[in-house]
Amino acid sequence: MNTIALVGNPNSGKTTLFNALTGSNQHVGNWPGVTVEKKEGQLKFNGNIYNIVDLPGTYSLGAYSEDEVVARDFIIKGNPDVVINVVDATNIERNLYLTTQLMEMGTKVIIALNMMDEAKSKNIDIDIEKLSQNLGIPVIPTIAAKKKGIDSLIQKAVEFINEDIYNYDPISYGENIDKEIHDIRILLKGSSREYPNNWIAIKALEGDKEVLNKLKSNELVNQHLISLADKASEYELEIVDRRYNFIGNIIHSSVNRPTESRETLTDKIDKIVTNKYLGIPIFAIIMFVSFQLTFVIGSDLLGGYVEGWIENLGGWLSGILLTLNTPDWLLSFLIDGVVGGVGAVVVFVPLIAVLYFFLGILEDTGYMARAAYVMDGLMRALGLHGKTFISMIVGFGCNVPGIMSTRTLENKKDRMIALLINPFMSCGARFPIYLVFISAFFADNGGIVLFLIYGLGIIVALVMGKIFSKTLFKGESSHFIMELPPYRLPSFRSVIRDMWDKVWDFLQRAGTIIFIVVTLLWILSIFPLGVEPYSQESLLGKIGTIIAPIFAPAGFGTWQASVSLFAGIAAKEAVVAVLGMVYGGASEGRELISAIQQAFTPLAAISFLVMTLLYTPCAAVLATVKKETNSIGWTVFMAVYPFIIGWVGAVFVYQVGSILGL
Amino acid sequence: MEDKAMVFLKRNEFGKIKEINGCEDVKKRLFELGLRRGAGVRILKNDIGPLILNVSGCKMALGRGLARNIILSI
Ligand SMILES: Nc1nc2c(ncn2[C@@H]2O[C@H](COP(=O)(O)OP(=O)(O)OP(=O)(O)O)[C@@H](O)[C@H]2O)c(=O)[nH]1
Ligand SMILES: [Mg+2]
Repeated sequence: MNTIALVGNPNSGKTTLFNALTGSNQHVGNWPGVTVEKKEGQLKFNGNIYNIVDLPGTYSLGAYSEDEVVARDFIIKGNPDVVINVVDATNIERNLYLTTQLMEMGTKVIIALNMMDEAKSKNIDIDIEKLSQNLGIPVIPTIAAKKKGIDSLIQKAVEFINEDIYNYDPISYGENIDKEIHDIRILLKGSSREYPNNWIAIKALEGDKEVLNKLKSNELVNQHLISLADKASEYELEIVDRRYNFIGNIIHSSVNRPTESRETLTDKIDKIVTNKYLGIPIFAIIMFVSFQLTFVIGSDLLGGYVEGWIENLGGWLSGILLTLNTPDWLLSFLIDGVVGGVGAVVVFVPLIAVLYFFLGILEDTGYMARAAYVMDGLMRALGLHGKTFISMIVGFGCNVPGIMSTRTLENKKDRMIALLINPFMSCGARFPIYLVFISAFFADNGGIVLFLIYGLGIIVALVMGKIFSKTLFKGESSHFIMELPPYRLPSFRSVIRDMWDKVWDFLQRAGTIIFIVVTLLWILSIFPLGVEPYSQESLLGKIGTIIAPIFAPAGFGTWQASVSLFAGIAAKEAVVAVLGMVYGGASEGRELISAIQQAFTPLAAISFLVMTLLYTPCAAVLATVKKETNSIGWTVFMAVYPFIIGWVGAVFVYQVGSILGL
Repeated sequence: MEDKAMVFLKRNEFGKIKEINGCEDVKKRLFELGLRRGAGVRILKNDIGPLILNVSGCKMALGRGLARNIILSI
């Protein structure tokens, strides 16, 4: 099977194109650094199947951050048959820089000149024919977001696979460097390599670490490079300059952009949202309004339905089971465990959906990059990098992609801190826990309570970040450079599709991991045989009773709460599932809510919420930490330290609250 | 013609990048991001926090530390 790779600058539309080519639904967002992993999909065309690879965005092959390393590695070692270089037509000059590097490698490359709609509205005039001729590369105009130009692009890419090796005019780097390249090539001769000697020579002069490493065994070349001494760094920048000159000559005759651009709508919006006084308040308001609306739409308008269905289902099921003379143990499993436990989680689907809807809009408009911008000052004061904030917002959806997105941080120290504080950002799976307790105690102020919980998560994350940057990860954090993409109107379809994707994932988890947890705990609950299921005398109850004293100072030292917290480490939704299970099934309506009202005081409820917000992240997050840090030590650290923070926080809330007489 | 560090430019001022001070790595990164010698830069915001600028049609936020090392000719 032939492989076609999508390569380009961040936010140029690679993933949008990937989705259009393969019919997949990979995550698209309007900020640089959405994709941080390699993703593969299939394209069927004329009876053949092609393997399409979507890569993280990169500005060059220099690979400064982890996500760029992924892109670089695939371009260099993945041997794609054709590379589709996605170029943002509104910013051709900078985008073509990467193209020149692809040309140097002798890659078979075609250009998808994307965002043609925006180029047009900005009055950028591009002579595509000429551009293509000057470059010696086919250029196909596309509007990936509207699926325009896709067919011609596929046609061209496929044609290209079978074409013989392609030759571009070599870029001239000036007399001195060209001579150096020539000399190194001669020294390289004979040694067989998978890359053109020309490219190796350029990369060696550029000081590319990987290439230099490979050349270590070649004495002659090494000697030669050492003899260059001071000139080397001069050459390095000169090469960059020359590439830009080359680009300048090419676009001079093929691209015409109006010089003095007027103030765009994006500029006008930015003036307000990045304003030095308004920036942070606006961010807080956006968050607050999102939660308030989530609550109003998700719970008041939609929430009742699902709850009603589950109640009916429970009633109907228990009716049937009773007429069938089902044994008690099975009854307790199906009604209390499955309907009560899994059902308690599923009840919250509408709210989860609305939350994801808002997060999706936030990601698609372009505001994300601005949020990082306005928070940079605060972040910097805490010794963190502004981009950390993007990974934090992504963490609101789920901490797994949140942690993955820390790959875009160039500096190892910045990245580790961002990774370690991400789980304090409250994810969608913790959402049902808050909602149960809000319905039980704070039903009138749901939006505010949610806002406070999420806000507390951010504050704890920032404080821990500060502590880490003062202790474990000292040193300067790297410079802040980020592209601010133009605001774009989110496409309703893609927001809905993304939302559905996440809701579906949530439902699948309810049907798999939550179901398994519920089943395991149910088994524990019917032993020793003959005990009342879910009673304190059962094995489950006994285990819980042993753990419970740990949580007594926090006000929820019951065996039920303890078991639910431990189940929550498998997946956070399990906390609610277990509570739903042990406090009786949904068959009798709002039993869970009223059971919680009896089992917790309002103060204990707050302290429990603090605990669930902060304590040990779920298994999936821990697995991601293991994968990203490649260290068991950090993974254990990640499991333990949030537990301590959560416990201390909960105890603090409960004890101070008690003293104040709450 | 006058040379000034980017960080001293006010909103709406325009200049061409003359040179960038600092270590080679940072320099190269900036070049590759489009902040190369000769590129025209318009300042869109410069009060507190990172600057916001327009470099050949692309909007970028740039930390003050970096902006101090970028010399523009105006
Ligand atoms: N107007 C317009 N917007 C587009 C077009 N193609 C993509 N977009 C939008 O551009 C933004 C970025 O798209 P992505 O597909 O996520 O870009 P990417 O290159 O994968 O970005 P990274 O993964 O961050 O490197 C999204 O908001 C898209 O909706 C296009 O042709 N025209
Ligand atoms: Mg992408």
